[in-house]
Formats: sequence, C-alpha cells, structure tokens
Amino acid sequence: MSDVLLPDDPGFGPDVQVDYPGYRASRYRAPDRPLVSLPEELHRVDGPVFGEDALGELDWDLTRQYEGEPLGERIIVSGRVLGEDGRPVRNALVEVWQANAGGRYHHDVDQHPAPVDPNFAGAGRCLTGDDGSYRFVTIKPGSYPWGNHENAWRPAHIHFSLFGRAFVDRLVTQMYFPGDPLQAYDPIMHAVRSPKARELLIARFDLANTQPEWALAYEWDIVLGRSGGATPLEEE
Amino acid sequence: MTLPPTPSQTVGPFFSIGLCRRAENELGSSLRLHGRLIDGTDEPIGDGVIEVWDAARRKWGRCPTDAQGMFEFTIDPPEPCLHVNVFARGLLKHQVTRVYAPGASDHVLEALPAADRATLVAVGEDGALRFDIRMQGPHQTVFFAV
Repeated sequence: MSDVLLPDDPGFGPDVQVDYPGYRASRYRAPDRPLVSLPEELHRVDGPVFGEDALGELDWDLTRQYEGEPLGERIIVSGRVLGEDGRPVRNALVEVWQANAGGRYHHDVDQHPAPVDPNFAGAGRCLTGDDGSYRFVTIKPGSYPWGNHENAWRPAHIHFSLFGRAFVDRLVTQMYFPGDPLQAYDPIMHAVRSPKARELLIARFDLANTQPEWALAYEWDIVLGRSGGATPLEEE
Repeated sequence: MTLPPTPSQTVGPFFSIGLCRRAENELGSSLRLHGRLIDGTDEPIGDGVIEVWDAARRKWGRCPTDAQGMFEFTIDPPEPCLHVNVFARGLLKHQVTRVYAPGASDHVLEALPAADRATLVAVGEDGALRFDIRMQGPHQTVFFAV
C-alpha cells in the first residue's frame, strides 16, 4: 500500500504537488504544461466579498439542521483565518463539508455501504469575525474507503473552502485530526511532499475549548496567501 | 512576520453538498457563457466546479459541471476578461485562468504565444459565449501561477 507514496521531500516547499502520481485521479486532470506567471499587480486584484445574506441562521452548527441530532462524536472546530503577514482575515466566507460519523457523505454518488444519517447533511458556512475567527459545531467524520489503490482509506477529514482578501488567496483544502494512523498511507495528504507543510493540515486537540459533558474541541488556523507557484523552481 | 500558507487539497467528488447548495451562476444579465471542462483523454469532467469573478463589476458566480462536463453562467460582457478558478476531483490545487471576450485583449493576453492566447478567448456562438477548458494536451488551456 505504501508504494503509492513518494518519499518525503522537505525541499519541495509548502505547496501540494499537483501531478502527484499516487493520487490516481490527477493523471488526466493535472495540467501537464508549466503555469504562466502573472504580472505582480494582478496578485492584488480584490476577490468577492460575502455578507450575512450568504448564511443561514444555523449554518455554523451542523448538528442542528434537522429535527433530530446526528449520530457520532460531537465536536467543536474553531480557529483563525490569517494572512501570511499574520493579520486576521475578517469577513472571510468559510464553507465546510464532510462525511457523517460512519464515513458516508450525503451525496448520491457516494456508494460506500455505511449508513446514511437522516439528521446530518454534513455542510456548513460561516463568516470570520474581526479577529479572523471561525467556529463550527459538528460531529467527527468517519474514515471511508475510496478505491484509489488496493485497500485505500481516507483519514478522517473536513473539507474547507475559503475566500480571502485578494482573488489569488482562494483556498480549498482539508483539515485532518491529530493521531489518525491512516494519514501515513494517504496519497492526497502526501501530495504535500514536505512533512512540515503537511503538519499544517492537522488540527490540534483543544482541551481549553472542549465543553464538559457535551463536546470535544479541535483548533485549526488557516493561512491564506501565495505559496509561490506549482513547482520548487517557481518558488525562487 | 511571514506565516507558511496552508497547503491546498482537492475538493474531492462530493463538494456539491458544501459548495453548490444553491444556484450561484447568475452574475450578470445579458450574456450566456457556457462551455465544457475536458480531461487529458478528451473525456468530460463531470465532477468539477467552475468559479468566475467579474472584477470590474465585482460580481462572482459558481457552477458545478454536469455529466457532460458542461457549465454555464449568465454574465455581462467581459471588460476585457473574467477571472476563472477550476476545481475538480483529481485536482489537488485549483487552477487559475481567464476568459476573454472575442476581440478583447490586454497585456496579459498579448504576452502569450498566439496558440496559447486562443485557449483564453471565448467563441461567439448563437449570441452566447462558448469557453471550453482543457486540462491537458496540445490545446491545454493556459493556467496561471498565483
């Protein structure tokens, strides 16, 4: 199973290798020609701004979108969205989606024979506060098989989508949980070749924010910014 | 202080539950922009999502691709271009491109070789604009480093 992973490469830089061979679906989808540089001023083009009208009242609480409560381990996921300069990104739209506690998505294409939870859609949205903070209440997603290679299982994760200040700050990524043994075998995670950069995808268990008798908590900060292009050469 | 940026990861196959809960593909009123998202084997990409940003008018839109790889937007005529982000299962990082109105140009477009330029210019077709996005191959759409 580990032969789908290339060796770690601390020199690779912070970005993901878009044509990582271990992730089979990238083969005919990752561009095979080099990216073209844009003039510097175009990196400062503002991106879209979203307001409260983009949100439903309970979009931040994935456990309260139906009459009944979803099954699984209730968790609080919170953190801050920052620029590379460390300043908070205010009013950033954060969108999340995830599998249910059994590892199944509320999606027609998902054929994993784990139960659908009628009380869990697995999607949320919020805007960051003045200090860049976001917060979701949800349940811990389960792992699931995905057919990329023999006996392939995704480590538990929550998908995150973010809009920053500038158009080029757009980010879609995944948050992982500390201590998950499946991370060592996951080609999507390992497409981030630098172990140090990979750690940036893993949340921290957050004892201070747990709510006694109610929910565990994880903290994950997200840094938006230019990561320097697609290949190590372009990072110079 | 410079913090390391959070790396990108793919949207995966199930993004529509989070990103496509409502129709968001009307960012203008006068012109239809449509096209197909196509992989390196000339097959449609049916699990992609296209975002467009009309920076001049500050209007944004998003549309998932269907089984034929088709996406469509209602826009106003680009002046001169719309910014485009391409997301899909299999894409570990979204790709950034631009769509120009036929006949439009600017210094970004002019800096490209003619064959590459053509990949960014929409085709006028039955009163609409058609813009296909090819991820690979000799006619691959130009994607920009950001």
